[in-house]
Amino acid sequence: MTSLLVIVVLVLLGIAIWQLTKIFHLTQVGAATYNENPEVATDRDNNVNGYLMFGFLGFIYIFTIYSMMKWGDLLLGTPASEHGPQYDSLMSISMWLIGVVQVLTQFLLHYFSFINRGRKDRKAFYYADNDKLEFIWTIIPVIVLAGLILYGLYAWTNIMFIDEEAKEDAIYVEVYAKQFNWEVRYAGKDGKLGKANVRYIEGVNTLGVDMGDANAQDDIQASELHLPKGKQIIFKFRSQDVLHSAYMPHFRAQMNVVPGMVTQFGFVPTVTTDEMRQDPSIMKKVAHINELRSKKSAEAAATGGAALEPYTFDYLLLCNKICGASHYNMQMKVVVEDEATFNKWLSAKQTLSAAVKESKQPAAPAAGEAAPATAKDSTNTAKPDSTATKMTVAQVIKK
Amino acid sequence: MSAVGHDEIHAHDGHDNHDAHDHHHEQTFIEKYIFSLDHKMIAKQYLLTGTLMGIIGIIMSLLFRMQIAWPEESFTIFKILLGDKFAPDGVMRNDIYLALVTIHGTIMVFFVLTAGLSGTFSNLLIPLQIGARDMASGFMNMLSYWMFFISAVIMVCSLFVEAGPASAGWTIYPPLSALPQAIGGSGLGMTLWLVSMAIFIASSLMGSLNYVVTVINLRTKGMSMTRLPLTIWALFVTAVIGIVSFPVLLSAALLLIMDRSFGTSFFLSDIYIAGEVLHYQGGSPVLFEHLFWFLGHPEVYIVILPAMGLVSEIMTSNARKPIFGYRAMIASILAIAFLSTIVWGHHMFISGMNPFLGSVFTFTTLLIAIPSAVKAFNWITTLWRGNLQMNPAMLFSIGFVSTFITGGLTGIILGDSTLDINVHDTYFVVAHFHLVMGISALYGMFAGIYHWFPKLYGRMMNKTLGYIHFWVTAICAYGVFFPMHFVGMAGLPRRYYTNTNFPLFDDLADVNIVITMFALVGAAFQLVFLWNFFYSIFKGKKAIQNPWRANTLEWTTPVEHIHGNWPGEIPEVYRWPYDYSKPGHDDDFVPQTVPMKEGEEELHHS
Repeated sequence: MTSLLVIVVLVLLGIAIWQLTKIFHLTQVGAATYNENPEVATDRDNNVNGYLMFGFLGFIYIFTIYSMMKWGDLLLGTPASEHGPQYDSLMSISMWLIGVVQVLTQFLLHYFSFINRGRKDRKAFYYADNDKLEFIWTIIPVIVLAGLILYGLYAWTNIMFIDEEAKEDAIYVEVYAKQFNWEVRYAGKDGKLGKANVRYIEGVNTLGVDMGDANAQDDIQASELHLPKGKQIIFKFRSQDVLHSAYMPHFRAQMNVVPGMVTQFGFVPTVTTDEMRQDPSIMKKVAHINELRSKKSAEAAATGGAALEPYTFDYLLLCNKICGASHYNMQMKVVVEDEATFNKWLSAKQTLSAAVKESKQPAAPAAGEAAPATAKDSTNTAKPDSTATKMTVAQVIKK
Repeated sequence: MSAVGHDEIHAHDGHDNHDAHDHHHEQTFIEKYIFSLDHKMIAKQYLLTGTLMGIIGIIMSLLFRMQIAWPEESFTIFKILLGDKFAPDGVMRNDIYLALVTIHGTIMVFFVLTAGLSGTFSNLLIPLQIGARDMASGFMNMLSYWMFFISAVIMVCSLFVEAGPASAGWTIYPPLSALPQAIGGSGLGMTLWLVSMAIFIASSLMGSLNYVVTVINLRTKGMSMTRLPLTIWALFVTAVIGIVSFPVLLSAALLLIMDRSFGTSFFLSDIYIAGEVLHYQGGSPVLFEHLFWFLGHPEVYIVILPAMGLVSEIMTSNARKPIFGYRAMIASILAIAFLSTIVWGHHMFISGMNPFLGSVFTFTTLLIAIPSAVKAFNWITTLWRGNLQMNPAMLFSIGFVSTFITGGLTGIILGDSTLDINVHDTYFVVAHFHLVMGISALYGMFAGIYHWFPKLYGRMMNKTLGYIHFWVTAICAYGVFFPMHFVGMAGLPRRYYTNTNFPLFDDLADVNIVITMFALVGAAFQLVFLWNFFYSIFKGKKAIQNPWRANTLEWTTPVEHIHGNWPGEIPEVYRWPYDYSKPGHDDDFVPQTVPMKEGEEELHHS
C-alpha cells in the first residue's frame, strides 16, 4: 500500500516537472534566438515570474487563512492558572502585531516584485538612500518594541518573582524527574521540604530525602500531582540524572529540571480538572479527538488490533527537554481540585518517615534492593527500547 | 594602505612561482584539484563537500519526518538506509530517531550552512571582489578546507558506530551527552562528534582569520571600506564573529571531553543513574548551556549574515538599482554582529538561571529586531521602482526576504521571556528557526550558487530548471514550516519520537502528515537542482564574462580561471559597487573599474 503510494507520488512528480518544463519552454519561444548571453532572464521570464510573485502573495495569504481556520482551534484553550490570562493577552497582542507586519511587508515585497518586473525599455530609478525613511523605520520598531519589552518584563517579573506574602501561605511541592518518569513530594504539615541529595537514595526513599532532617519527617511522596485550586503553589524541581523540563502547557508553566541544583517555578491554579472538562473549547477539542480515536479504533478492529480508550481531559506534566530514548513518553497526570478534596487526598497518604520505617521492619534482607530507576519505565513494553542494554553498559562502566 | 597590499600580493606571487606573472609551471592533478592553494578551487571544494553533507542532512530529516507522520510504521526505506539494527523490521528505533535529529541539526548548521555557505562564498568572493590575487595565506586556506573535510569524514563515520551516533540533540547538553548510561549515542558516537567538532572549529578559525586579514590588507587601490560590496562586509563581519565565539565552543567541548573521559566535574553533579550514584560533584549543566550558546547564538548569525550579504548583492544587480541605504546596511550588519554576542541567554530563559538575567536578555534580544527590520525594509525599497531581472538567483533572494520576515517575526514571541515559557522547545521554535535561519540561509546559498555559477564553472545553469526549483521549494518551505507554528502552540514538544502516547495530541496527527508530505515533495524537487548543478558543470551553456551585467570586480576577471585572477595588473577601483541605472550613463550599470566622468557626482552618501 505504502509503496504504491510512493510510486504514485513519484509518477505525479515526474508529470509535474515535465509539464512545468514545457510551460516554461513555451514561454520562451520568441526569445530562443538571443543566444549571446544564454540562460539569463528575458522579458518573458520577468513577466511570468513577476505574475507568479503576485500569485505567491496570494498563496501566502490563503495558506495563512486556511491554516488558521483549519488548525486554529488546535491551540491549548483556556489557561488554568492565575498568570495564564496575562500570558495569553501578551501573546495575542504580540501575535496581532506580527500578523499585521507580516501581511503588510509580504504585500510590499511581492507587490514590488510584481509591479517592477523587468522590461527592456525601462530603466530603474536611481535611489540610493533617504535618511528620513531610514529614521522612520528605525524609530517605529524602537517604539513598538519598547512597549512590548515593558509589558513583557512586567509580566515576567510577576510570574517569576513570588512576593513574600504569597510565599507564607504557599504550598511547596517538589517535582522530581528521572529517566523516564516523574515523582512528587509535598512538604507536609510543617510546610517545609526536607533536604535531599541523590546520595541518600535507598529502598523506598527514591527521591534521596535526608531522613535525618527534621523537616523531612512529614514529607509525603506521590506519583500523581494534585493541586488545590486557588492556592499559591511553589514548585521545587530536582533531577536525578539528566536535564529534563517540567512543562505544564495548560498552566502556561515550564521550568528546566537540572541535576545538581534546585530550580523553581510558582503559579496559582484557578480551574479544577472537573471545571476544565466542562469548558466549551476543551469539550470541543475532546469530542474531536474522540472522533479521531474511534475512527482509528475501527481501523484497528478491522486488522485485529486493540481499540483505543476514549479520551477524557486531564492536565499534564510532560518532559520538554531531550532526556533519552523514551523522552517522548515521560508524563504525569496533574489533578486540580478544591482545597477540601486536596487535603483529604493528601492526608490519606503515608508520610515519608512512616514509609521508610515500614519498609525496614518486615524483612531486613530486602534492604539492598536497587532503586527502580528504569524498571517502571513506560507502559509500552512493545516499543523498541534500549533501556535494557543501558543497564549492562552501566555495569561495565562501573567496573 | 591598499597600495601596500597591492605590492605585497605581488611579492607573495613571486614566492610561489618563478615569475610574478604568467609563466606558471604545469600543475599536477593533485596540485590543481586536491591540495590546491587557489581560493577559487578551494571554494569549489567547500561547495561540493557542503552539498554532499546537505544531501545527507536532508535525507535524515525526511526519515524522521516520516516517523513523525506515520509513527512506528515499517518502511522499506528505513530498512535500506538505517539497516536492521537501527530499524528492526523497518521500524525506526526511538533512540535512532534522536540520533537522526541530532546529526541532522549538526550537519545542517555547521557543515552545510557554516562551511558550505560561508566557506564557499568567502573563499570565492573575498579575493575576487576586493581585487586580490588570492587569500592572505593560501596554505592556511588549504589547511582550513582539509581540516573541514576531515571533520566531515569523522562526522559521517560516527553514523556507523554500533551504539549509534551522538543522540543528545545538536546542542549536546550534558549530562545526557556525557553519560553513555543515559543514551547509547553518548558513547563512542559522542566522542567522535566532539572530535569532529573540535577539528571543525580549528578549520573555521583558520578560515576566518584568513578572511579578516585578506579583507583588511589586500584590498586593491581605491577599494576603501565604504566601497566594499555588502557581500564582503557581511563575510568579513561573519569571520569576526566566528573568531570571537568559536573558541568558546572549543573550550566547552574540551571541558566536556574532560568530564566524559577523565572524571572531572565541570558540568556534572549529583547524578544517580542505572542504580548507582556517580562520583561527580559541583559541576553545572547550566554552565555548559552558557558556554554553548555563547557560540550557539552568534552561530545563527554566522549562518545568516553571509546569506544577507549575497542577497544584497544579487538583489541590487538584478534590480538594476543601487542597494537602498548602503550605510544603514553596513551599520545594521555591525549592530547585529555586536548584539549577537550578548543575547545568548534567550535560549535559557527557563534553564534555572536567575530570572533577572532573563529580563536583561529579553531586552537585548528584542533590540536585535531593529537592525533586522532596517535590513528588511531596505531590501523592499531596493525593489521599489527597480527593473527586476527575474533570474533564479533573484527569485531566491526575494524568497529569502519573505522567509526571513516570516521567521523573524516569530522571534519577537520567542525572545520575550514571558512568552517563551509556554512555547520553549515546542514545534513553534522549530518553525521559527527553520524559517529564519534554515530556509533563509539555504535560499541565500541557492541564490549565490545560481548567481556565481558562471564564475565558479564558466558555464550557466539552466534557468528553466532554476524556476521550477524555486517555485516548488518556495511553496513547500511554507507548507512545511507554517503549520508547525500551530502544532507548537498546541503544546507539542519537539524531539518526540511519537506523539501517540498523549491522546491530547491526537488531533495533531493530520497536520503532521501534511507537513511531511510537503517535506517529501520539497526534497524531491531538490533533485532538479542537483541535476541542474552537476549537469551544468560539464554541459551547461558557456558563460560570457559578465552575464548579469554587474558592477563588482569579480566580473572583470576572465571566464577561464587563472592563478592570480587577473592576467595583467590588478584593476583599480574608482567608485562604489552600486552605480546601477545611474543618470548620465548609457548603460544601466557602471563597473567599479570605470573612472568617474568629468563632472560626475557621487549620488549616494558615503
